[in-house]
Amino acid sequence: MTDVLHIATTDVGEVPATKRSDWQSDQEVRWCPGCGDYSILTAVQLLLPELGVRRENTVFISGIGCAARFPYYMDTYGVHTIHGRSPAFATGLAMTRPDLDIWVVGGDGDMLSIGGNHLIHALRRNINLNIMLVNNQIYGLTKGQYSPTSEIGKITKSSPIGATARPFNPVSLALGAEASFVARTHDLDRRHMQEVFRRVFDHDGAALVEVYQNCNVFNDGAFGDITRKDVREDMLIDLRHGEPIRFGKEQQFGVSRRPGGVQIVEVADVGVDALLVHDETTADPSTAFSLSRLAEGPHTPTPIGVFRSCPRDEYGHMVSDQIAEVTDRRGKGDLAALLRSQPTWEV
Amino acid sequence: MSDTAVQPSVPAVDKLVIRFAGDSGDGMQLTGDRFTSASALFGNDLATLPEYPAEIRAPAGTLAGVSAFQVQISDHDIMTPGDAPDVLVAMNPAALKSDLHLLVPGGTLIVNADSFEERNLAKAGYESNPLEGHELDGYRLITAPMTSLTKGVCKDLGVKTRDAERSKNFFALGLVSWMYSRPTQPTLDWIDAKFADRELIIAANRAAFAAGHAFGETAELGHQQVVVNAAPHEPGTYTNISGNMALAWGLVAAGELSGLPVFLGSYPITPASDILHELSRHKSFGVTAFQAEDEIAAVGAALGASYGGCLGVTASSGPGIALKSETISLAVSLELPLLIIDIQRGGPSTGLPTKTEAGDLLMAMYGRHGESPLPIVAARTPSDCFAVAIEASRIALTYRTPVILLSDGYLANGSEPWRLPDVDSLARIPVEFATGFNHVGADGEPEFWPYLRDDMLVRPLALPGTPGLMHRIGGIEKEDGSGNVSYDPENHAHMVAVRAERIARIEVPDVEVVGDPDADVLVLGWGSTWGAITSGVRRLTRVGHKVAQVHLTHLNPLPENLGEVLRRHRKILVPEMNMGQLVKIVRSEYLVDARAISKVTGQPFTAGEIEQVTLGALDD
Repeated sequence: MTDVLHIATTDVGEVPATKRSDWQSDQEVRWCPGCGDYSILTAVQLLLPELGVRRENTVFISGIGCAARFPYYMDTYGVHTIHGRSPAFATGLAMTRPDLDIWVVGGDGDMLSIGGNHLIHALRRNINLNIMLVNNQIYGLTKGQYSPTSEIGKITKSSPIGATARPFNPVSLALGAEASFVARTHDLDRRHMQEVFRRVFDHDGAALVEVYQNCNVFNDGAFGDITRKDVREDMLIDLRHGEPIRFGKEQQFGVSRRPGGVQIVEVADVGVDALLVHDETTADPSTAFSLSRLAEGPHTPTPIGVFRSCPRDEYGHMVSDQIAEVTDRRGKGDLAALLRSQPTWEV
Repeated sequence: MSDTAVQPSVPAVDKLVIRFAGDSGDGMQLTGDRFTSASALFGNDLATLPEYPAEIRAPAGTLAGVSAFQVQISDHDIMTPGDAPDVLVAMNPAALKSDLHLLVPGGTLIVNADSFEERNLAKAGYESNPLEGHELDGYRLITAPMTSLTKGVCKDLGVKTRDAERSKNFFALGLVSWMYSRPTQPTLDWIDAKFADRELIIAANRAAFAAGHAFGETAELGHQQVVVNAAPHEPGTYTNISGNMALAWGLVAAGELSGLPVFLGSYPITPASDILHELSRHKSFGVTAFQAEDEIAAVGAALGASYGGCLGVTASSGPGIALKSETISLAVSLELPLLIIDIQRGGPSTGLPTKTEAGDLLMAMYGRHGESPLPIVAARTPSDCFAVAIEASRIALTYRTPVILLSDGYLANGSEPWRLPDVDSLARIPVEFATGFNHVGADGEPEFWPYLRDDMLVRPLALPGTPGLMHRIGGIEKEDGSGNVSYDPENHAHMVAVRAERIARIEVPDVEVVGDPDADVLVLGWGSTWGAITSGVRRLTRVGHKVAQVHLTHLNPLPENLGEVLRRHRKILVPEMNMGQLVKIVRSEYLVDARAISKVTGQPFTAGEIEQVTLGALDD
C-alpha cells in the first residue's frame, strides 16, 4: 500500500531494549505440564529481545489447537483465529501492513489438514510470514485422534486398529509448494530452535519451520528415537550451509548423492570428498527434497536445520509495488473522475 | 448513414421493450449492451435484463445455448426491463423457439433468415421452417439474410469469411438502430475504440452496422420506424451503470470517505466476479484486490486486513457465502469491521449460476453457528448498489461489525441510467483508532482493554503497531471489558446479550410509505423486487386503487417504525424471489398476517405479475 496506515507508530529512533519478561503476557500458560510447547514458547521469548524488534510491531496469529494458544502468552499483538485459517488471516494482514513482523503458529492438524490449502498457497505466494508448524503427530486438544502426520498403523481413539492414511512429510510438502524457506528443529534443543527461528525471522518471504514437539499426554515419545540426548548425535543430521553433511558421535556418517536422490554413508567407506556439501540456496529444490526423504519417520537419522533458503520476490511487496507503480503513472485516484470514466451525458 | 434519431417525421411511442436473442456465440449481450448505451446517451430511461446460459459455449444452435438481452427504453421514468418484449430479434431458430412465447401478440419479430436452414432447424426441434408456414402470422415478421449480407459487404474489405460472419450481430444492431431511431455515432465510436489497432475488424463491424442500417431503408420498413423520445430526467450528469459496477465504485467511495485503504478478498464466482475485476483496476485508490485460493481464504484475508486497519471486504454468491460462515462468526466475536457481499443466484448448490434469486436472506440473517447477529442491507436497483455499498461500509466501520450486503444476479448485470452524485456531498465516515490507555489496572498501572465499550456498546480498536496497546483477541469467549479468555457462565450470557443489543441499537432510517397510507393492501418488498413492485403498484394507484408500498434497505436491524406501519394495513403482500423468507421474519417479529408472493424461476418479477396479484388481494 502506498500510504501505510496513518497510525501512530514510534517507528523512529532506537528500538528500546527488551528482556524476556517484556514478551510474556500476564496470562497463565495452560498447556499440560511437560508439554513440548513450553520450551518452544521459551525459545521464542528468549530470542525476540535479541532481534531488536518492537513489541508493538510484532503480531502472533494462530488457528486452533494446543500450539495455537501461543498468542495469548505473548505480550505483543495477537489473534487466535479459527481452525486452519491463520495463514489466510495473516496473509491479509501481511499484504496491507508490511511494517509488521507476523508470526503464524499452528499444529499439524491446523496447518496440514483443515488449513492445508491456505498453508501451501501462503508458501507459493511467498508472503512475508514466519510460520511455525508445531508437529506432534496427533490431535491433542480434541484428546487424541490421528493427525495428517501420524504414521500408518497408529493406534488412536479414532483409529483403534491402526491409522491407514499415509502421513505428510511437512518439509517435503513445503518444498513441493514452492516454499522459499524450509527448516526443521525440535523442542528439546533450545539453542537449535533459536538459531533456526532467527533464520526464519531474517527471511523475507514465507518461511516455514517444522518443530518436532512432544505431546506427553497423547503421543509421548513420538520423536524420542531421534531427539533423546543419548541418541541425538547419531540420529539428527544437522544441515549446515556450505559444509559437507556429516553426523554421528564421531562424525562417522555422512550423506552423499546416489542416482535419483541422496543416501546415508559411512565416511570411512566413501571419503570426505564424496559427501554432499549442503547448499540452502540452490534454485532447484530437488536436493532439498531428497534430503527431506532420507528418513521415513522420526526413527532413523533425520535432517534438521535449514533445508532451503532461496530468496525470491515477496508477495506483499509485489502487490504494493503494483499499487505504487499505477498510482505514480495515473496519479492518486479521483472519485469524481472515476464516476465519469464511462460515457456520460448531460441533462 | 444519416443519424436517424433526429428525423422529425417518425412517429413516437412512449416505451419499447426489445429482446435480442441468439446463440451464445452470436454476441447478443454485446448487441444489447450497445443498443442500451446508445439509448442511454440519447436520453431514454431504461432498464436491462441480460440472460445467458451458465456454459461459456453450450452446443451451438441448441435451445440450451440461447443467450438473450432484454431492454426497455422509455420517454418516462421506468423501473423494470418490461413485462414482455414488443420486439424480438431472433438470430437463429433456437432463439425463436425458446423466446417467441415472450413476444407480445402482434409484436415485431426480426429474424436472421440465413440461419433457418435444415441443421439449425433440427437442432432447435423444428420439423419445418417456421418462416415458411403460418406459425408466425400473428406477428410483424421481418426477415433479413443477415449472415449473407454481412459477408457480402465484408468481401471487398479482405476480411476472412469466418470473421465476417461474426459481425452479423452488428448488422442486427444497425437494423434495429434504424427502426427505433437510435443515434449511430456512439456505436461507431465504440467499435473504433474497442477494436483499436485491428483495422479489419473495425472495418467489418462498421460495414455490417451500416448494411443493417441501410437494410431498414431499402427494404421499405419505413412504416415500422418509431422513436422513443428522451425521458425527462433531473438535470445532472448521467451514466449508464450496472449493479456490480456501482457496487465496486461504492466500495472505492467508502474507502475515500473513511480514509481507509480498501482490501477485497475474493474468489471467482458468478455473478460476483465483476466486483473483483473492477476493483483490480483501481489500484490508484490504494485498493488491494486479492484473488484468494478459496472463499474461506478470501474472507479470512479480508478480516486480517480489517484487523490491520483496512476496510476489509469479501464478495461472493450464495455457495461462497456458505463457506465463509465460520469466519463471519469469528468477525462477530472479534467485533471487527467486515463487509460481506452476497450477489445471490438460483440455489441450492450450483443451482442456476447465471439466473437471479433472492434465497439467501435467511442465511444472511441466521446462517451462522452460535448467536451471531449482524446487520444486513440490500440494494434495490443497479445504481442503488453504490449508495448501499457506502451505507454497509458505514455500518461496518462505525459499529465494528461484519455486515452482509445483499444484491442479486438481476441487479448485478442489469443496468440503468444513473445521475452521478456530487462526490463532495457524500457524508464522510469518521473512523478513530485507539492510541492510548483506557483503563487503570488493579495495580494502578494504565492498561488497554480491548472490550471496554462506549455508549453504543462499540469496542475500541487498537491497531497492531500502536505502542503500548498490545493485546490479544480471539474466537474464545472473552471477558467483557478486559477481553481476556473467560469461560465464566454469567459472562458468556452477558456477552451473548451484548452482541445482540449492539446490533439492535444500530440506527437505521424509518421506512417511508409510498401510496395511500390508509390503503387496505400494503406491498412490502426488499432487494431487486423494488422495480417491479413500484411499477405494478403505480399502475393500480393510477387507476384509483388504494395500495401502499414499503421497501426495505435495512433488513437487520429493521426500521423502528416498520411494525407500526405494517399494522395499519389489513393485508400485507410480500413478493420475494424465494419461498417467503422476509415473510417469516416480519411474521415472527410483528405477529402480522403477511402473505408470501413467491417467484423462483430464475427471473425477476414483472410489473404485470405484481399488478395482478395485488389486484387479486384488493378483490378478496
